Amino acid sequence: MTVLEQPGAYRPTPPPAWQPRTDPAPLLPEAEPYRLLGTDAAAAADPDLLLKLYAELVRGRRYNTQATALTRQGRLAVYPSSTGQEACEIAAGLVLEDRDWLFPSYRDTLAAIARGVDPVSALTLLRGDWHTGYDPTQYRVAPLCTPLATQLPHAVGLAHAARLRGDDVVALAMVGDGGTSEGDFHEALNFAAVWQSPVVFLIQNNGFAISVPLAKQTAAPSLAHKGVGYGIPGRLVDGNDAVAMHQVLTEAVERARTGGGPTLIEAVTYRVEAHTNADDATRYRADSEVEAWRAHDPIELLEHELRSRGLLTDDVIRDAREAAEQMAARLRERMNEDAPLEPMDLFAHVYAEKTSQLREQAAQLRAELDAELDAEEER
Amino acid sequence: MTTTAVPTAPTTGRKPASMAQALTRALRDAMAEDPTVHVMGEDVGALGGVFRITDGLAKEFGEDRCTDTPLAEAGILGAAVGMAMYGLRPVVEMQFDAFAYPAFEQLISHVSRMRNRTRGAVPLPLTIRVPYGGGIGGVEHHSDSSEAYYMATPGLHVVAPATVADAYGLLRESIASDDPVVFLEPKRLYWSKADWAPDEPQRVAPIGRAVVRRTGTSATLITYGPSVPVCLEAAEAARAEGWDLEVVDLRSLVPFDDETVCASVRRTGRAVVVHEATGFGGPGGEIAARVTERCFHHLEAPVLRVAGFDIPYPPPMLERHHLPGVDRVLDAVARLQWEAGWTPQSEQGADDERAAGGVY
Repeated sequence: MTVLEQPGAYRPTPPPAWQPRTDPAPLLPEAEPYRLLGTDAAAAADPDLLLKLYAELVRGRRYNTQATALTRQGRLAVYPSSTGQEACEIAAGLVLEDRDWLFPSYRDTLAAIARGVDPVSALTLLRGDWHTGYDPTQYRVAPLCTPLATQLPHAVGLAHAARLRGDDVVALAMVGDGGTSEGDFHEALNFAAVWQSPVVFLIQNNGFAISVPLAKQTAAPSLAHKGVGYGIPGRLVDGNDAVAMHQVLTEAVERARTGGGPTLIEAVTYRVEAHTNADDATRYRADSEVEAWRAHDPIELLEHELRSRGLLTDDVIRDAREAAEQMAARLRERMNEDAPLEPMDLFAHVYAEKTSQLREQAAQLRAELDAELDAEEER
Repeated sequence: MTTTAVPTAPTTGRKPASMAQALTRALRDAMAEDPTVHVMGEDVGALGGVFRITDGLAKEFGEDRCTDTPLAEAGILGAAVGMAMYGLRPVVEMQFDAFAYPAFEQLISHVSRMRNRTRGAVPLPLTIRVPYGGGIGGVEHHSDSSEAYYMATPGLHVVAPATVADAYGLLRESIASDDPVVFLEPKRLYWSKADWAPDEPQRVAPIGRAVVRRTGTSATLITYGPSVPVCLEAAEAARAEGWDLEVVDLRSLVPFDDETVCASVRRTGRAVVVHEATGFGGPGGEIAARVTERCFHHLEAPVLRVAGFDIPYPPPMLERHHLPGVDRVLDAVARLQWEAGWTPQSEQGADDERAAGGVY
């Protein structure tokens, strides 16, 4: 006789563990991307913030064009441009406190720079003289991450550790639309929700994973909806509206910092350039689509608001452009210097201490380098 | 299981202890000593892990220090990376060898190279405990010997204890290490026992040092983890054939102790590598190559390998045919070209090398 066959053991409804435990309604994202610029609500935005965002966006755009130019000159191996996505990048870089951590993907050089990372050090990975050119602990910016979405669990773990230690540190993790298909994206969201970690996930939905459009990536109502299944509230934002991006990210960071748990933000934007300089975007998308998005340019949207408030003075424009040109000139100059290379560094940081095998191999390379030097001296 | 070659030490407070108990004690002592040590994994909390290695830790240190995670190995290891970046010392339990595979991307693309990628700025002091290997009657996906995958990934230490004392000592050292360690726990030795002083655990040789578990003069059996007791048993059985076999317990595959291994092979002139992992592409190939490169002129016979067959791990009712046992080891020893006019090394030289190599 089974338990169910015993008198009185029959249950017409499943035990409580089977019941839904939370109401999904508060987790649902906006029906349409949240925007401020071009709406009446934009009037409430702080003029100093608008001017700050403007200067950073202009500088960011110039950085993107300069870095792309450096690939053509052979000074960068590759550059995945964030042209058109500067509002997401800059807002992500600006909303954090010093003690917070940013976990960027490989396309998020601008966010790292907006957070204070040296522009040349941020390009070390893409120049190819080392993998990470800056000290992540100095800026609280994790290494630019190439394997998609794998940095997201790191952000969760770091935020979890901070919370365990009683520090009010927030981690902001960045990922693209393609990355939301990776397992690590889902595992990170799940861990963050279960642990109520102070993490903000920012998806930049720029329309393409290299050549594959979002329609072939997901059948979800929106990427912001992907939080709901994990118990994480989703926010859908116009990723080209720098003010809306700044506001939504600030709210999510504040929510995380005050114990409210994680937030998933989908920023709807567009990758105006090809995936990288090595890609040919004409093979998979129409020029007309790109032109439509150029008309929704993050800098122009912001300029329109500034102009309507009388804030876009000649001085403001000139200062922003001059600062951007100075940055670009300095970047060009520094990137045109040959990167210092130390081949012996190949063995320096594999382990805290070299194994005997690595000591042998280091000695071999040392001998080869010395022989090269001798040969050069003889010539 | 026999651990007869464990050296005798002061007998005060010594009593039989299992490898599982020693591992639990190591975790507990590490957590008590260092508040940054955090244990995490599937079922490690109230249950104490499916092998009970984390028994009592959640109760003693709280669930924040011994945490049941969601069931997602990449997420577990990825979160541990972030925790280590913030200054904690996570000890991750992968429930079974084959259950660790979902975490491979985190392991290979991040854990193994974060220190290197950041020029030393972000070391990852984390330990990944993996109950591994066969011989426990486990059904599919519960008995893999996955060490070759880990060995092939620079930046990881790969450690496998074979004795109760090493289980404690090497796990403590792994947790204290500033490098990531894959700590392979031989499942079938969990219940092996030895006299051990739990209140005053003895020091063991550091990670990276192999240990001669049994001295001998005829040939060297090079082994680690679950195959160490097999080799010790084979060495005892070989006495009847007139062979005096030396048994070297590697203890860690990375770093690899060329010095101790080669000193032994130079003394004996013959070597057999024994492990459960499949032979093709397995650790034995690397070890045989290293020994041959370094000891060629001392070798009286090719270095042989006794390994698992090159097959997916068999179902439990057939696993005894797959696992290297005493007979298969002895068969290999018999094939070491004894008839070819072998002469032993000089006794004096052997003694000198033994002193230098360290017999524990």
